Amino acid sequence: MAENQSGIRKFGHPGKGARGARYEGKGRQIEPQALIEIQTLLGDLPRRRDLLIEHLHIIQDSAGHLSARHLVALAQEMKLSLAEVYEVATFYAHFDVLADGDAPPAPLTIRVCDSLTCEMLGSDALYDALEGRLDSSQVRLVRAPCMGRCECAPVAEIGHHHVVNATANTVMSAVGKGETHPDIPPFIDFDEYVKNGGYRILKACINGDTDIDDIISALEASELRGLGGAGFPTGRKWRFVLAEPEPRLLAVNADEGEPGTFKDRYYMERDPHRFLEGMLIAARAVAAEECFIYLRDEYPGLHHVLAEEIAKLSAAGLDAGTKITLRRGAGAYICGEESAMLESIEGKRGEPRHKPPFPSQVGLFGRPTLINNVETLYWVRDIIERGPAWFADEGRNGGKGLRSFSVSGRVREPGVKLAPAGITVNELIQEYCGGMTDGHDFKGYLPGGASGGILPASKGDIPLDFGTLESEGCLIGSAAVIVMSDHDNMRAAALNLMRFFEYESCGQCTPCRAGTEKAVKLMSAPEWDQPLLQELSKTMMDASICGLGQAAPNPLLMVLKHFPEDLTEETT
Amino acid sequence: MSAKISFTLDGQTLEAAESETIWQCAERAGIDIPHLCYTKAPDYRADGNCRVCMVEVEGERVLAASCIRKPTEGMVVHSSNERAVTAQKMVMELLVADQPPRESSHDPNSELWHWAKQMGQTESRFPARRTPAPDVSHTAMAVNLDACIHCTRCVRACREVQVNDVIGMAGRGAGNKIVFDFDDAMGSSSCVACGECVQACPTGALMPARGVGKVVPDKKVESVCPYCGVGCQLTFNVKDNKILSVEGRDGPSNSERLCVKGRFGFDYVNHDHRLTKPLIRRDDAPAKTADIDLDPANPYTHFRDATWDEALEFAARGLTHIRDASGGKALAGFGSAKGSNEEAYLFQKLVRSGFGSNNVDHCTRLCHASSVAALLETIGSGAVTASFNEARHSDVIIVIGAHPTSNHPVAATFLKNAAQRGAKLVVIDPRGSALSRHASHFLQFKPGRDVALLNALMHVIVAEELYDQQYVQAHTEGFEQLRDHLKQFSPEKMAPICGIEPDVLREVARLYAGAEAAIIFWGMGISQHIHGTDNARCLISLALMSGQVGRPGTGLHPLRGQNNVQGASDAGLVPMFYPDYQPVTDTAIQNSFEELWGTALDPVRGLTVVEIMDAAHAGDIRGMYIMGENPAMSDPNTHHVREAFAKLDHLVVQEIFLTETAFFADVILPATAWPEKDGTVTNTNRQIQMGRKAVDAPDGVMPDWWIITELAKRIGLGWEYAHPSEVFAEMKQCMASLDNISWPRLERESVVTYPCDGEDVPGNDVIFSDGFPTPSTRGKFVPASIIEPDEMPDAEYPMVLSTGRQLEHWHTGAMTRRSETLDTLEPEAVASLAPMEMARLGIRSGDQIEVATRRGRISLKARADTGIPKGVVFVPFCFAEAAANMLTNPALDPVGKIPEFKFCAAKVEKAASAAAE
Repeated sequence: MAENQSGIRKFGHPGKGARGARYEGKGRQIEPQALIEIQTLLGDLPRRRDLLIEHLHIIQDSAGHLSARHLVALAQEMKLSLAEVYEVATFYAHFDVLADGDAPPAPLTIRVCDSLTCEMLGSDALYDALEGRLDSSQVRLVRAPCMGRCECAPVAEIGHHHVVNATANTVMSAVGKGETHPDIPPFIDFDEYVKNGGYRILKACINGDTDIDDIISALEASELRGLGGAGFPTGRKWRFVLAEPEPRLLAVNADEGEPGTFKDRYYMERDPHRFLEGMLIAARAVAAEECFIYLRDEYPGLHHVLAEEIAKLSAAGLDAGTKITLRRGAGAYICGEESAMLESIEGKRGEPRHKPPFPSQVGLFGRPTLINNVETLYWVRDIIERGPAWFADEGRNGGKGLRSFSVSGRVREPGVKLAPAGITVNELIQEYCGGMTDGHDFKGYLPGGASGGILPASKGDIPLDFGTLESEGCLIGSAAVIVMSDHDNMRAAALNLMRFFEYESCGQCTPCRAGTEKAVKLMSAPEWDQPLLQELSKTMMDASICGLGQAAPNPLLMVLKHFPEDLTEETT
Repeated sequence: MSAKISFTLDGQTLEAAESETIWQCAERAGIDIPHLCYTKAPDYRADGNCRVCMVEVEGERVLAASCIRKPTEGMVVHSSNERAVTAQKMVMELLVADQPPRESSHDPNSELWHWAKQMGQTESRFPARRTPAPDVSHTAMAVNLDACIHCTRCVRACREVQVNDVIGMAGRGAGNKIVFDFDDAMGSSSCVACGECVQACPTGALMPARGVGKVVPDKKVESVCPYCGVGCQLTFNVKDNKILSVEGRDGPSNSERLCVKGRFGFDYVNHDHRLTKPLIRRDDAPAKTADIDLDPANPYTHFRDATWDEALEFAARGLTHIRDASGGKALAGFGSAKGSNEEAYLFQKLVRSGFGSNNVDHCTRLCHASSVAALLETIGSGAVTASFNEARHSDVIIVIGAHPTSNHPVAATFLKNAAQRGAKLVVIDPRGSALSRHASHFLQFKPGRDVALLNALMHVIVAEELYDQQYVQAHTEGFEQLRDHLKQFSPEKMAPICGIEPDVLREVARLYAGAEAAIIFWGMGISQHIHGTDNARCLISLALMSGQVGRPGTGLHPLRGQNNVQGASDAGLVPMFYPDYQPVTDTAIQNSFEELWGTALDPVRGLTVVEIMDAAHAGDIRGMYIMGENPAMSDPNTHHVREAFAKLDHLVVQEIFLTETAFFADVILPATAWPEKDGTVTNTNRQIQMGRKAVDAPDGVMPDWWIITELAKRIGLGWEYAHPSEVFAEMKQCMASLDNISWPRLERESVVTYPCDGEDVPGNDVIFSDGFPTPSTRGKFVPASIIEPDEMPDAEYPMVLSTGRQLEHWHTGAMTRRSETLDTLEPEAVASLAPMEMARLGIRSGDQIEVATRRGRISLKARADTGIPKGVVFVPFCFAEAAANMLTNPALDPVGKIPEFKFCAAKVEKAASAAAE
């Protein structure tokens, strides 16, 4: 055009005249194609903030990773900032966030469990063997924390398929056969559960035939306590929540991540409705509008089962106005801490909250929230049906009730052992586990998973229950008993556990974030700086925000106290 | 009032209010518990993560963080016993382990090192972790994560205080890392460089760039920001008579917050373009033409040095000559909304009493003249009815035709805070901005269709009887007339015109009318139209019918642009009013000013900005005095404006730089910049604030008030002012709005809001709780009909050009383009377009393009911006090399006399040179 050729008067200006104006707005821009992909993937799903982790799962499941272009589009779609999306995505181990220019991970991921039981039973060797045999362009091999299958250690997960008692051969064979889908063992489904008298109590509650107060009173009489690890009396907890103003919520902690623990999986895999009925009774008891089940991502088979069975009970009208929402964890042990779990359900990083206020007052979405563990709810039906005495009358050595011990390690018959509260580890090994594994002498045990400390065999006659181990510097917690023998090195065990805590620390507070990291460094040195480790432990226990940091030094301290001979041994 | 509780801390019995933490009570008692992640700065939530403030609470298993823990009745707390101190010290030792040594640290005077020293814990026995490499990608800030202690103060700064949402804490555990966006370099992230994180960081991990933060200032001077109408209070850190750095101060409008301009935009003061000697146009200078283009670094191609005496004499003689030969109406003056109240007052007094006409105006004409006209007409007062901070009490907030995230960045932070708290934020604008993401409703309507949209909202409120009948009855007039008028504006009829679905219009109408407390903010998207006054009338009617005025959290708030546009207007720097909006046409008022000033005054209202330039172009105005304004860049159709300047017989320009307007001067008087003088300014909230001199002006440079006074003396006015405080005292004699507000009080308190009911009480944030300053004390409904924009797109000019500002550049860029940081962030002219539109036009991001209208053509770089709607091109008017106002339409709003900057027909083409490539 003529005008164009005429030239434009270009005036001077007072700037330096650097020819570097950005071509686009500040920061990463949305790629239109990526936005279409995300919109297609999410479909009609709501874009609510609390669904961020669920939506990240959808993208990760579909693409095998989280690319920046998808995350930018997701942020736009959910009206979130880039930082909000990125900090959540990078918090959880099961999301593979790709940096610019990073190659996507291989199409298949194999995770080898490196928690204590698996390590004792050869996961290191398994990992090394697999590393030599796998084509890294096709398979990504990573170490992962406890998968909740310690009774059949070592464990490897191929895609979502778990190979138990794994050897390099069984894993390679499963890879060869393309076995990557979660396995679903047989279970009592909805019809069968109802046929056998299931949901009668719930129905009675719904119809008003049963008084909620009677239910709570029965729970109180049964002395049922929180079986996630804290042991708080269940009936009393329900009353606390009930005393808070409506609207109230219920959150179920199915994020069974304490190394050595697998009882919740055990019960849900076999009889999911017994747990669901307990949950719905609890929801009615506290008049919760909605139940959230926070299930760890390490239990993919259970996710299917629960989703389908919840749909069935809803179709039968048994939810009776209570919304049930199944949420999927994403690989973060800390989310088993109840307030971190609430954060995660809200779609955030799983950072524990300060207490007070307690979740019963200010919980999920700021509302009064009842939080119960799976197993706690699992026993509700039986206690009502059989009467509180059925539960309360159990017990040994002064303990009351039943406990589901997840026993693993050097015993002949590991597994979930429903045993009287107060049983000793010696009794547990002999009466319930068929004794020690052949060729192994009982050396020590973890009474309560990674955080519960380590005791020597000489302390094998202490009753195992809430309140009985504290004076020893230990905890029963979720009753995950890992039995160790003369083949096991306690220094290595303590380091394994501290590494786990370092990996799983949320990083929020200094004593835990820096404490676990420094402890690992000190414990990796040829010689431990014992006084410094003692000092550090004291502050971690005193000054950490949550139980993770507070309990992380337990195994270390117990090894210092009970197994000094293992510290002088040459270990590599 | 809630009851106090009492508890024991380190043996002392203390009282605590319900909201107080142990730390706060301890501080009151003089017990200084170490703290790092906690800061007393306003609006920072305690997070309790660093654990250096641990205390023992008797009876509890573990220690508690005193910064977040609230005491309960009878609690016994120890902050200095062995257990507490052991934990405090161990935490510090863990942190110090990963720090660079103090001697070589980024900030040896940081809070971290202060406490480490205090606690005797500057060494650590622990092995260090690997720390991230420094990030120096940003021109203004350095990121040194080797000093990061993960305290998240920067995250709270960025996400909860300023709500710019750039910084996050990514990763987990010891791998936690402060990130910008997706762990991007700060310089390429979405960071808007407000610097709040730098102000918040306790370790030196985030610092001003180039080591500035390590230098200890000679003095700190408390003053006010010279940029926008928010009026942030700040502290100048001065070293060797230079502004070293700037910190936010706890002013009522900013609570220690600043934006990129206020924090990093002060080096213009020391730019080598500063005018330091009076200049007189050389006799042998080429004749003035519209496209004159001087090098601001070298005025001597056209000017010669002069002494102050010679220059002032020359300036005065030129003006008096025209006055005496052609009468006072052949002269005009443009004052400045960038100067102080005292300077504005003196300037209009000089024009009125010295020139003898009311031909005095300033850039308020270009920003909110229509808003002020509508407000004066309907509710009798041109200022805001409530401060923007009232948004904290609002449950519904409407922001229409405004981009506060760019133009009032700190005000925007309070709106985002409100949205975070749960208030509904309704953003109504053709152009998306960073605020849209926080909006519950974003109505991206068609440009120029404000009246259709607003009438539809009011139609719904009337039709559904959602209006506040009691309020309408008690405090308004003309409702019936409006009600009848609104019948024709149903959402269904208006939807195709304004481009917003009827359901959305209904929802928003119900939301606003039904709110407990709703407030409306507007900007130049409302005012800069030929129907700008109508737009504002609609907003006022909307608020009046809904009873959303005069209570906390309610109100009408036109976001004022310049730092002192409110004050300059209040001081009478407008052609129709004496100070305090007293009409020049009222004889009694005229008499009172004649008595005060001791001169005869003209009873005829003067010409407005665009009218003055037209009159100059027509030869009716022969001489002008311009103080601190740059109409050669800021006025519409600037080619016409520059032609007019070229025609003047005598032009006096008072400036700090050789601006595009100064190119046309016959004499240039070099003036002080803001940090070089004392004076008061009035922000958008009606808050009068004290600006204090921080640095000495360059030799030869004089304060504006002095220059005006000297000029006045030389045109026959016997003025004697020795200090701005004397001017302020005179202003109080004719401005009731300054009652109870004195210079000593402003010196003492730094800020007083007007109106103020007593010398010892604060001013009123919210006004008009019981009627309006109108003759009937009622607010008046004035119906508005749909008027098309003056110049609609057509086949030849198919697009809409809209102009405005950028975050980094102020107004015509005279100051900000001379600031190293701001110039680096936005170094050249850009035009923003929707990516879709660019695809249609065959333009890629970064291409050189040409934007043309019937008035001119400019060439600049294309920038993709998803916030821009299809069919629109947006050009900021700060770039001299591609001046947007070469293109704009000078058509005026008939009432406010404001030009239609926000709408004209344009076309966009790939530049000839680029097309050839």
